[in-house]
Amino acid sequence: MDRRKSLQTLILGGAAASTGLVFNSCKTENGETIDEVIATSSENYFGRTPKELERIEKLNAEQLFNEHEMETIAALSVVILPPKEPHGGPIEAGVPDLVEFMGKDIPEMAPTLLGGLMWLDHKSNTDFETEFKSATLEQKKQICDEICWHDIEIPLSEQPLEIQFFYMMRGLTVTGYYTSKVGIADLGYKGNSPNVWDGVPQDVLDQHGVAYDPVWIAKCVDQSQRNVTAEWDEKGNLLT
Amino acid sequence: MQIKESLEIYDVIIVGSGAGGGMATKQLADAGLNVAVVEAGPFFDPADPVTMTQLKQPYDSPRRGAGVDRAFGEWDMSWGDWKVDGEPYTHTEGTEFKWWRSRMLGGRTNHWGRISLRFGPKDFKGKTRDGHGDDWPIGYEDVKPYYDKLDKLIGVFGTNEGRENDPDGFFLPPPKPRLHELFYINGAKKSNIPVIPGRLSMLTKRINEDRGVCFYCGQCNRSCSVYADFSAGSCLIFPAQKSGGKVKIFVNSMVREVTTNAEGKATGVSYISKEDRKEYKLKAKVVVLAASACSSARILLNSKSKQHPNGLGNSSNIVGKYLHDSTGASAAGVIPGLMNRKTSYNEDGIGGMHVYSPWWGDNSKLNFPRGYHIEVWGGMGQPNYGFGSDPNAMNKYFGLKTGGYGDSLRDDVKKYYGSVIGFGGRGEGLARKDNYCEIDPTTVDQFGIPVLKFNYKWSEFEKNQAKHMQDTFEEIIHNMGGHYLGDKPGKDNDYGLHKPGEIIHEVGTTRMGDDPKTSVTNKFQQLHNVDNVFIVDAGVFVSQADKNCTWTIMALSWRASDYIIEQFKAQNL
Repeated sequence: MDRRKSLQTLILGGAAASTGLVFNSCKTENGETIDEVIATSSENYFGRTPKELERIEKLNAEQLFNEHEMETIAALSVVILPPKEPHGGPIEAGVPDLVEFMGKDIPEMAPTLLGGLMWLDHKSNTDFETEFKSATLEQKKQICDEICWHDIEIPLSEQPLEIQFFYMMRGLTVTGYYTSKVGIADLGYKGNSPNVWDGVPQDVLDQHGVAYDPVWIAKCVDQSQRNVTAEWDEKGNLLT
Repeated sequence: MQIKESLEIYDVIIVGSGAGGGMATKQLADAGLNVAVVEAGPFFDPADPVTMTQLKQPYDSPRRGAGVDRAFGEWDMSWGDWKVDGEPYTHTEGTEFKWWRSRMLGGRTNHWGRISLRFGPKDFKGKTRDGHGDDWPIGYEDVKPYYDKLDKLIGVFGTNEGRENDPDGFFLPPPKPRLHELFYINGAKKSNIPVIPGRLSMLTKRINEDRGVCFYCGQCNRSCSVYADFSAGSCLIFPAQKSGGKVKIFVNSMVREVTTNAEGKATGVSYISKEDRKEYKLKAKVVVLAASACSSARILLNSKSKQHPNGLGNSSNIVGKYLHDSTGASAAGVIPGLMNRKTSYNEDGIGGMHVYSPWWGDNSKLNFPRGYHIEVWGGMGQPNYGFGSDPNAMNKYFGLKTGGYGDSLRDDVKKYYGSVIGFGGRGEGLARKDNYCEIDPTTVDQFGIPVLKFNYKWSEFEKNQAKHMQDTFEEIIHNMGGHYLGDKPGKDNDYGLHKPGEIIHEVGTTRMGDDPKTSVTNKFQQLHNVDNVFIVDAGVFVSQADKNCTWTIMALSWRASDYIIEQFKAQNL
């Protein structure tokens, strides 16, 4: 499939997927109807302009890391953030693919990543006569232990490549995990979904030692009236 | 190449479809006038699933929301940012200005923060107040009726607090504060800094059947698909069309100049179609510029003719002068009391602050003449690219080691999730004649239109104000028991004062006034030099306030539209 055609598919696929856009009227506990829009669009489709999509297509057609390097990235990522039940780890989160994409999307990252991967194998071969990905977990940890701490008083850019590399890989691994489906579940983030905000739960207020001021709260929205059209008196007092 | 002229003569051509252009479209079309809206970008409807980013997950994208193709992050609903391909701008050496342009129907209203503050009585009378700058030719009492109507038409939440320079209005009820906002309220109170509910144009309550009610996804910068936040397309232009108004929208149409006849009156505009890169002409009885303060100034300056050799409306040489943006400085703190949070609930809330601090100071006792307000952010937001990328960097504030790897990183991420509170100070910078934009005679954009060259420097007043902001932020952080994140900026970097333009509140380039020698428009936003050209964007502002400009742009655009309608009725146009 040529690039233009596949781009077309992506756009049409998205438009077709848009028929899956569901406008729900969902009933809340006290029975009022709230507006709710839930997008169930295709996985390849996320509101890009044609020009933005074209660039993503172009990057996807390029290859930054070879197969061995991708395996090394995967091997390092699970040392950095070991998988843990029930929410998996970097592999389930797609971290290697993110590293590949970002290395192309922000080309300034590529030399550090490519150079760092070479350094890992060189170090592993020198110390253990095996490539990093084939080393034992203990051996991998020995290598990482040497590069995972850095002097925070010195700018990172003035530190050795392997330190910069590890810092970058740790960043990509953790951000990649916590921006994935499994990572968001592990974090416990409950947002990005339609709801009705009615304040911080009492147990959370208690835990943090704060309370709502009744005078303040009296001015706030009464969510049971949210669908009643607003009306005011001439002084600006809300009547509904 | 022959320029293609349309045969139809519109009553009004409106250049630009953001806050000012959207409001003029609504008012003029509702009054029965035949309106053409000319927008430089493509059509955009927040409800269109093809372009929608609202409710996307970070993992819907291979870059997880990183701001590579959009400066404020991948989900931000602005097509165009500090840079627009093929449309450069330049600077006088040694000066700075950053210019945000959104090329799309609705313009920057699709992604803006929706902070909707009325100017107060003092804000229209700066010179009377402290001797700096100039007074507006109008006062709060002239604009109040329009603010009142605007509150009801568009919807804004807030509370009536009876504050002298932060006027009351017709507010929807505000949302309850989030956890970090309760910490902020307590921290600010210790320093006697007032905190009141935020004032933002999102619908916490229904205002009509055409727009939905907020469902608290916290993503207003992505533009709301049920129209529960204010965007000019969804809340002004579409309703004007829906109620039967004669509104013809020309998209992807980049206006080059206002055309004039032998008497020097405007006859319409010429524009370049981005689709075929050909020049077209549209005719109208009245031209309304709403292209943004700087873009409208550019169009005027490029509209040179025998009758207007210095550019249209520029006999005063004031077009482009008095350019000024809000001041801004930022800080953040990590608050131990907000660490180790329960993630049992969704606290996205509305897409912005539920509480804020209006200006409280007495400038007669300070070394800067105008105030600022404080915007607050924080909470357990959606993770996107960058989240957790330095998972335990904040350990250094607690005597713990940073770095490492392994299972403990999960604990670090969770320990600090939601523990940071951030502050944005947004203040008034003075309007000065020697801060300006002009035409760069040596540079054109890809459509052959000469571009703007900026010349802007902050003065000591703005720097002193930024220092006050930083000291205040630090004090509040300490009041909350927290640690100021990073190094507090000092004199050597202007106390973290953002570059001119970065707050995206640029105003003043075509200021209004009673004297044609010192102003560009009269108090009804009509060019002194040409009576059938009006400006309804922030160019007409005589001065900023310690407020955001959008609510005032719209109130003034409505007021100018009423005047245009009256003048049509009186057959003066």
